[in-house]
Amino acid sequence: MADQTFPIPGTLDAGRSRGAALLEWLHSWVVTVDHKKLGILYMVYALVFLLVAGSEAVAIRIQLAIPNNHFLSPELYNEFFTMHGTTMVFLVGMTFIFGFGNYFVPLMIGARDMAFPRLNAFSFWMTAFGGLFLYFSFIGGFGLYGMGSAPDVTWWAYAPLTAKAFSPGHNTDYWALALIVSGFGTLGAAINILATVFSMRCRGMTLLRMPLFVWLMVVTSGDTLIVITPLTAAQVMLIIDRYLGGHFFDTQAGGSATVWMHFFWIFGHPEVYVLILPAFGIASEVIQVFSRKAIFGYPAMVAASVGIAFVSLSVWAHHMFTIGMTSVSNAFFALSTMMVGIPTGIKIFNWVATMWGGRIRFATPMLFCTAFVFQFLMAGLTGIMLAVAPWDWQLHNSYFVIAHFHYTLTGSFVFCIFAAIYYWYPKITGRMLSEKLGKWHFWLFFIGFHVTFDTMHFLGILGMPRSIYTYQADRGWNTLNMIVSAGGIIQAIAVLILVWNMMDSFLHGAAAGNDPWDAWTLEWSVPSPPPAYNFATDPVVRSRRPLWDLKHPNDPDWKYER
Amino acid sequence: MQRRRSLPLTRYRVCFLALACMRAMPSVAQGALTTPSIMAPASTPAHEIYALSQFVLAITGAIFVVVGGLLAFIIVRFRERRTDAEHEPAQIYGSTQVELAWTVIPVLIVVVLFLTTARIIFAIQDAPEPKTALDVTVVGHQFWWEFRYPKLGIVTANELHVPVSTPSAPEPTYMQLLSADVDHSFWVPQLGGKTDLIPNHPNQMWMDPEKAGLYLGQCAQFCGVEHAKMLIRVYVDTPDQFAAWVKAQQQPGAQDAATAAGRHVFETEACANCHTISGTGAKGTFGPDLTHLMSRATIAAGAADNTPDNLRSWIHDPNTLKPGALMPAMQLSDKETDEVVAYLTTLH
Repeated sequence: MADQTFPIPGTLDAGRSRGAALLEWLHSWVVTVDHKKLGILYMVYALVFLLVAGSEAVAIRIQLAIPNNHFLSPELYNEFFTMHGTTMVFLVGMTFIFGFGNYFVPLMIGARDMAFPRLNAFSFWMTAFGGLFLYFSFIGGFGLYGMGSAPDVTWWAYAPLTAKAFSPGHNTDYWALALIVSGFGTLGAAINILATVFSMRCRGMTLLRMPLFVWLMVVTSGDTLIVITPLTAAQVMLIIDRYLGGHFFDTQAGGSATVWMHFFWIFGHPEVYVLILPAFGIASEVIQVFSRKAIFGYPAMVAASVGIAFVSLSVWAHHMFTIGMTSVSNAFFALSTMMVGIPTGIKIFNWVATMWGGRIRFATPMLFCTAFVFQFLMAGLTGIMLAVAPWDWQLHNSYFVIAHFHYTLTGSFVFCIFAAIYYWYPKITGRMLSEKLGKWHFWLFFIGFHVTFDTMHFLGILGMPRSIYTYQADRGWNTLNMIVSAGGIIQAIAVLILVWNMMDSFLHGAAAGNDPWDAWTLEWSVPSPPPAYNFATDPVVRSRRPLWDLKHPNDPDWKYER
Repeated sequence: MQRRRSLPLTRYRVCFLALACMRAMPSVAQGALTTPSIMAPASTPAHEIYALSQFVLAITGAIFVVVGGLLAFIIVRFRERRTDAEHEPAQIYGSTQVELAWTVIPVLIVVVLFLTTARIIFAIQDAPEPKTALDVTVVGHQFWWEFRYPKLGIVTANELHVPVSTPSAPEPTYMQLLSADVDHSFWVPQLGGKTDLIPNHPNQMWMDPEKAGLYLGQCAQFCGVEHAKMLIRVYVDTPDQFAAWVKAQQQPGAQDAATAAGRHVFETEACANCHTISGTGAKGTFGPDLTHLMSRATIAAGAADNTPDNLRSWIHDPNTLKPGALMPAMQLSDKETDEVVAYLTTLH
């Protein structure tokens, strides 16, 4: 069904023009319900927005490189940092995980497609139109006459700055409506992943034999269902406030600004875990294959993932230590936040134990994953510092926080996404990415990352708050800001190398074959790229590493696994 | 083998580098005198947070060294070598004892961290207000600060004066935090953590600066276009200085016949709708109180120095100094502007 061609007016079988063939090819992408094609669409979409939001970050850093700079106007700066955050979380992060999830969950559990192919297509296009709508704000409305109506209220959009009185144009409307639309897409994708995993596993694939990436997609999808809902509800209330005279968050009419904060962060904090959990899944796959060892403590890894998902639902108010909660609430949320450190610690120790005694092959995916473990350790430790509520009274909304969450979202999430691109690109396209360019990409990005974000910690300690479009020259922040900006440029160059590598290797890369990494999960048992419907015959598995069993018939996993 | 021998050397280098970084940290963290560093506390809450942060840094630093070191060792020791045997390494699937160990140890660390944290939360947040305390009401506005001293009958803006507080004569400052429009956050790092100013949600915070001087800070919660130029200056005065300042601030606005023309313009044009100058007809409350404008070092919440030239360009068009400020361009003639500036510069 998926690749069925539809007649396009003006084309007949005999001697079709090139233009018609192109149209038909494009048409096949628009109408597809194939999980692999939709997965590719998600990933390309995420990559495009990664470049867009990355450019915004570069503009932000040029503006902040020197004090009292006039590169961006305050209005445009506020739009850029709002859009950078919103884009990276909703249009890059969420779409990357559902892209990889869409493509690889069915392959890894031995299924021929997702449970609901049409819902799958619907979800993607909702997400896509949400993103396009968000970016239409730059040119829509008054945009053609000036700076546009892009959202400029920060990605957490605190009330009452979003009320009609303080945000009179359509900036806030674009933000809320675009995220409601893409939110429905996200919910559909999450439901689809859950249904697929619970109903379409191949014979022998018990829940405790699923690859960890699949497990983490399950956990993340469950979390998504729980946390996107309050966000959508809050945004609907916001629109009611703005257009139907509601007073949920309208403080001038007795509404509550803090209720918005609770709604937003009960979404906002678990959202970080929604993004990082699949990254854990990617790291778990890559680290075992490139260490040539089975994952250490698989049941502990699964339990820790589920544990993180549960605990993450009880920590949201650590974003609100400064809003004047009672001392008891502050203590509670300090404790619950610190408790996240326990299951995440277990995961780090298990990765380290997996590498211990292995024969570690530092191909590009493994380079990214090793850097990830190191950076995630650091992110976890700065997270503990921020959980210490009194210290957070100092660090909150400073550049220290920016550094901390970029350690989790760039240093951990994006590093794993890059690892996944290098790891699975051969499966998706049938061609290898250039290792030489890959190493250039890794080292430049790694160095740029640390130059930028290590330095940011110090800026926060020196009292520089976030969200400011410029700063005073006498604060002692000048040199550090220049260093941060330089690191940003290095990262931008590294990402361009990745894009070049992906395009060049698509045409000229070495043929990948079925199983270039000598890996163990089911997706490597089919040709690259996998044929329509993936498996010619339904696979049967007896362990967590079916291809290991196949390659080592005398010493299969199922003899040892518990 | 070549690589192996160079390993100790590398280790020494790494150790040396780490030591050098740690040595450099306090000096970097202190920064220039005008740097609002959280590592240079000058008030009890800031000191308590600083001490707690050192304790947490020590624990997290130790974890970082142990786990990071282990990871570094693994990267060097277990990377693939040409001399390696062809077959796969031994497969180890896990160990309940080991898992238990690295679950229990973090639990213990969390217990210690939590108890220390909770102690400081209660110590700072629930500290009872002493009778000798100075009360200040802070009102956040887009994009400036209003400071009211209810017991002293003083209203001023952007530059907070508080007395120094010594153990022998404690006079802490207790602040009631309100907002006139959107969320803001009061943050002067050397004097304490930040607390948000939220409409319909009054908050409190306190500080007891131990040394006279100027302390800088700024709004720490995004509040609109000019969030970046919503700066705070806290002047910690000696008891004598503070008493003198209070006395001066309690006077009505200066009356100088030479600048009566400027005062007339101020009272009859739109200025009076938003600004107050006590002793005159100007009673607006939307903008900062200007009764003692010249006692302040800056205008526009720290966006510019308080000089006649800056006052003139500010009145002509606030957007030149602070694009997005809510004060409109006043559309006065050059003569009127000069007169108003001449009048304002008498308001000591």
